[in-house]
Amino acid sequence: MNAPTVIFYILAACILAFGLLAVTVRKIFRAAVFLLFSLIGVAGLYFLLDYEFIGAVQIIVYVGGIVVLLIFSIFLTHGSGGQMKKPRPRRVVFGALAGTLGASLTMSFINNQQFSANDKPAVAATAGEIGGQMLSVTEHGYILPFEVVSFLLLASMIGCIVIAVKIKLPAQQMLTADTDDVPTR
Amino acid sequence: MQNIGLTPILFLSCGLFFIGIYGFLTRRNMITMLMAIELILNSVNINFVAFNKFLFADKLDGVFFTLFVITIAAAEAAVAIAIIINLYRSYRSIDVDDADTMKF
Repeated sequence: MNAPTVIFYILAACILAFGLLAVTVRKIFRAAVFLLFSLIGVAGLYFLLDYEFIGAVQIIVYVGGIVVLLIFSIFLTHGSGGQMKKPRPRRVVFGALAGTLGASLTMSFINNQQFSANDKPAVAATAGEIGGQMLSVTEHGYILPFEVVSFLLLASMIGCIVIAVKIKLPAQQMLTADTDDVPTR
Repeated sequence: MQNIGLTPILFLSCGLFFIGIYGFLTRRNMITMLMAIELILNSVNINFVAFNKFLFADKLDGVFFTLFVITIAAAEAAVAIAIIINLYRSYRSIDVDDADTMKF
């Protein structure tokens, strides 16, 4: 047991424990905070594996973006958040059964699998290397997916605005529904 | 790093994936279901990075797949939250059991 191995097992325990808390705890705001810790643990794993760029992207996008977005939407829909309903026991039983059976099956496959690494020299995943290959137009470049993803982001941004924008009610309806602008079912 | 080996990391990502599956099957609140999906996507990312590190260290393909998965996860979360907020306006609830107008 040397230092990276010990750090790996601590990180793995943190990731799994906080992940499990994030899907079981009944206060929704706490679930978001536990998810945050789990994602930070995953970023730590990337740093441990020497992929600093991916770890930085993980922290910026997930921790700084997605979790903040989730917390915003929790505050918009729950206030500061009460307790959620208990899940139905039948669902918990079947969910736990599916999870444990699937996990044990997959883990037994992984355990029996022999992985063979190739002996070619390793490429350091520096930001420069990643950026150069990302924007290269040669055979192993990723410029086409890069452009497609940029269009996807633009489309999702416009889509979000269109879906979530609040449409002003016409004036005659405003007279009757001036305090509560929620359409009735 | 090299002495951790690939198998423990695959065990970790497998555990995280099925934690996400469990959360997705048991939770009925849409935001917490979204959190479970984020856990699943993260386990996939760990797999990509681990395979790239231990089996194909001469290439960077796993890194690029991880970057694209993170990007698409961000877009997916943004669209899902827009839908959730729109749904909350008309139903005053984000429970999937309450939104059953289109249920046959």
